[in-house]
Amino acid sequence: MLKNKVGVEISENVLKQYGYQPFAGTKIGHLISQRVAPAVHVMAGPSKVATSLADVVKNNVRDGMTISFHHHLREGDMVFNQVMQLIIDEGIKDLTLAPSSLTNVMNDMVIKAIKAGTVTHITSSGMRGSLGDAVSHGLLPNPVIFRSHGGRARAIETGKIKIDVAFLGVPNADEMGNANGMTGDAAFGSLGYALMDARYADKVVLLTDNIVDYPNTPASINQTQVDYVVKVDQVGDPDLIGSGATRFTKDPKELKIAQMVNSVITHSPYFKNGFSFQTGSGGAALAVTRYLRQAMIDQKIKASFALGGITKPTTDLLDEGLVKKVMDVQDFDKGAADSMHKNPAQQEIDSSWYADPFNKGAMVSKLDVVILSALQIDTDFNVNVLTGSDGVIRGAIGGHQDAATAKLTIISAPLVRGRLATIVPKMTSITTPGDSIDVVATELGIAINPARQDLVKQLSHIPGVPVYTIQELQQKAADIVGQPVPIQYIDRPVALAEYRDGTLIDVIHQVQE
Amino acid sequence: MAETEERLRRTMMFVPGNNPAMLKDAGIYGADAIMFDLEDAVSLAEKDAARDLVYEALQTVDYGDAEKVVRVNGTDTPFYKDDVRAMVKAGIDVIRLPKTESAQMIQELEKDVAAAEKEFDRTAGSTHLMAAIESAKGVVNAVPIATASQRMIGIALSAEDYTTDLKTHRYPDGRELEYARNVILQAARAAGIAAFDTVFTDLDDEAGLQRETEYIHQLGFDGKSVINPRQISVINAVYAPTKREIQTAQMVMAAIDEAHEKGSGVIALNGQMVDRPVAMRAQRVIKLAKASHLIDEEGTFVEK
Repeated sequence: MLKNKVGVEISENVLKQYGYQPFAGTKIGHLISQRVAPAVHVMAGPSKVATSLADVVKNNVRDGMTISFHHHLREGDMVFNQVMQLIIDEGIKDLTLAPSSLTNVMNDMVIKAIKAGTVTHITSSGMRGSLGDAVSHGLLPNPVIFRSHGGRARAIETGKIKIDVAFLGVPNADEMGNANGMTGDAAFGSLGYALMDARYADKVVLLTDNIVDYPNTPASINQTQVDYVVKVDQVGDPDLIGSGATRFTKDPKELKIAQMVNSVITHSPYFKNGFSFQTGSGGAALAVTRYLRQAMIDQKIKASFALGGITKPTTDLLDEGLVKKVMDVQDFDKGAADSMHKNPAQQEIDSSWYADPFNKGAMVSKLDVVILSALQIDTDFNVNVLTGSDGVIRGAIGGHQDAATAKLTIISAPLVRGRLATIVPKMTSITTPGDSIDVVATELGIAINPARQDLVKQLSHIPGVPVYTIQELQQKAADIVGQPVPIQYIDRPVALAEYRDGTLIDVIHQVQE
Repeated sequence: MAETEERLRRTMMFVPGNNPAMLKDAGIYGADAIMFDLEDAVSLAEKDAARDLVYEALQTVDYGDAEKVVRVNGTDTPFYKDDVRAMVKAGIDVIRLPKTESAQMIQELEKDVAAAEKEFDRTAGSTHLMAAIESAKGVVNAVPIATASQRMIGIALSAEDYTTDLKTHRYPDGRELEYARNVILQAARAAGIAAFDTVFTDLDDEAGLQRETEYIHQLGFDGKSVINPRQISVINAVYAPTKREIQTAQMVMAAIDEAHEKGSGVIALNGQMVDRPVAMRAQRVIKLAKASHLIDEEGTFVEK
């Protein structure tokens, strides 16, 4: 057993078997990384439109291959289940499933594919619900590899993930495969994650319900990358594509946390003309955006850019001139997706440009302020966004590890959720190292990472924002909910959580029945 | 009057006594007073459970500086006695009696409270009382009620029942409450205790809440009952002093300090005498300014 930089004990067997170095720190340094290139099946047209998805699957997917999907259609996705059913029906075995992430609407089909032996390996940003539960109880023969969005981009560029066939749902495409995410019934805005698959997969299959006149512009995915265009009845349910909850929260606790976060931002040295920020989705994040808007108006401050997953409150700031550019890797709601079509200052970026650490500079490295969430936080400021208090997988890394490298990283989380403490002495797994976390904001007050004495000085006297040590907050949570009995695990890894640089930050074990 | 020093009572937040999540979080919203409700918010089947729950919450949850108030069930219910005993045992700050119509009701409550203090070894006199006026009879008897006990800290208007009793209902302009509001305010001030205005029930009408709060603030009420934490900031904003008021108050306080240092009995500011009402108003403004985070500990104005 040896300990990695965040104190996780990892057996040398695991490191050797899966080819990992233990996580050694958040610094990336000036290494030389080698990018790979895909095979190209040369063709010149006249059309790539295939009539039968079943034939495309039959002629291109083989045992042992790696196949990929994107999750831009979220809970409205109608591509994944169609394709996977055909693959299962073909009797194909031993696939590696390498989507940008897995949403709940895919869960039953993934479980089915695992049980059929069709899928034996998975790498993803995360998983939830019945799939997370099944995997945590040992359904998959090999551990899932969890990678952040930047980590996935790195793994694809360096060949750690070698995609044989990418099946990408798009709301429009022409007969040669020029496509974007912005128009059509299933429009979802940025194709950020899918752009990696389009560029690096050996075979790229576009699925669309909307074939448009050639040439289709603007083309986010272009014809030089695409092998097939398959017409399907529907790629997504527009009502379920938006992640909902763009309505301003009325939950007083979420509002209270949002006020704390906003106070931290506006009292920090980063809140000045030209600052940049990422807020993400969810009730509290949207509320922060509204408070921040008011503070920007009051103090006549304009942001240079907003980054990451985008919501309508953020594109509203763009329309108001409070934000100069929106750098958009995905759109969480229809308002943000529509805005990308209309506003040239809303730039589609791929996940490499967004967050890849092995790059000539990703946008997260220019980011001033980020607000992130947490399932658990420990007293070293490490954060868990992958496993619940019961040890079961129920989350996704997303851009968490990547964006946490911002100059001011604020974790926004309630002190307790129901009977569960959020701030705990020991978490069920570690996703993002405490080194990259600066402030934890709860409804009671904030804790500042003691490594940031500059922030301790600047943020310690904000009216209405009590400052505690992280240990004090942990104690307050324990006072309310008590001490839970530790979770029992079986000594069998069900998932490996990579840090964004590809080192191993934690091993998630099978939970005991 | 039960208190020597006046405390801020801009907001008194209602918390249903049968809701664990709300009991747990009630302390985080900055309400000046938290009113745990065992009465109207709790169904008959849950009366005992809610009493136990509030008792446990008072033992375990940190409510900070908030004044802890409990609304017990009425004297005419079988729950009243147990409510009073359990809450005194829990060390509640204030017991609020609903549907108060006479001084006698307060005096009986006082006896029950005193007995419970003795039974559970609490300091005699440590449990304060307040009355909710919910009927025409209560309004008519406001003065005797306000002065019924040394333990009294305030009276509150409860407008829903009161307007029904008057054979009217609540209107947006509040004219039907004009008489009761003024009577209750006068009685409270004559007795030297706090006056609380009724709840504003339309949660989504922030402008209406602000309008009504500005009105009762102008009349002189200490504050208002709130049914949702979201209402607190609106009310506090109305009660926040202006920068000019704060500066004047600071000059008054400085003049008082200076006179004290010199040993002078006469306090003067800009050639004008600072009398007791001026001094008291200045103290209150400073207290409000601090509570509104408008000045820091040193008294420096905080630019937002």
